Amino acid sequence: MADILIYIATAVAGVAFLLALYRFLKGPTAADRVVAFDTLTLISVVFIVVIALGEGRGIYLDVAVIYALLSFLGVIAVARYLERGL
Amino acid sequence: MTISGIIGGILMLCGAAFLLLAGIGLVRMPDLFNRIQAGTKATTLGTLLTLAGAACLRPEWTLKLLLIGLFILLTNPISSQVLARAAHRTGTPKTAGTVDRLADDREERP
Amino acid sequence: MSVLFLALTVLLAVAMIGAAFVAILGKSMPIAILAAGLVSLLASVLFLLLASPDVAMTEAAIGSGLTTFLFFFILGRMRGGEHD
Repeated sequence: MADILIYIATAVAGVAFLLALYRFLKGPTAADRVVAFDTLTLISVVFIVVIALGEGRGIYLDVAVIYALLSFLGVIAVARYLERGL
Repeated sequence: MTISGIIGGILMLCGAAFLLLAGIGLVRMPDLFNRIQAGTKATTLGTLLTLAGAACLRPEWTLKLLLIGLFILLTNPISSQVLARAAHRTGTPKTAGTVDRLADDREERP
Repeated sequence: MSVLFLALTVLLAVAMIGAAFVAILGKSMPIAILAAGLVSLLASVLFLLLASPDVAMTEAAIGSGLTTFLFFFILGRMRGGEHD
């Protein structure tokens, strides 16, 4: 039962991934792509949690911790660059 | 087939639904600021719900999942605010009918 | 779960190819740097699917975080030097 729910949830998150990827590929301005990048990172965190649940290994969650920190760093760097200078 | 497994699965499904709403908003919204609004708040809630569902499914991972949720909850609103400020100060085009009460906020940092 | 992992692999590979095309064919430099960061971010999820969390951690930290930050730092310095 829980496995089927995880399957459906991953499929729905995959559709959201494709929509955000469309915005990343098309986005008119650079800031649109940054927003899509942030969304893709968070959906990847969800994917990592699903992979950890499927494999049953808790050490995979450390990668998700690093993701949650690094998306912040990337977005801050781009925003400071767009706002004239770093 | 325990009760916590079903609760965890339903929580993960709710989180994925919020992620799908964020994706639809990211495609359908007409403006950069609306896209920031849709793409940041909904993904924060969706990711937190998914982490809560995973914590219901595997209770021994609760501490690590709580750490991930805390990082996301701290960093995501800050990054969206910094990005919106940078986009506003560089003069990103807004959709018609926008009431901009911060139109004179153009100061450059030293 | 193996069908799910196969579908995730295909999805991430398609996204990596799209981001790589943006990085190569993009007109402006910040968008290309951001797309390169996205490529290595998705590559680390693929490493995780191949059951190697240490390589995934290194790829996420070095490839996405440090390289993107360094590129933007250098780009800001170059633009500040030539004008303004």
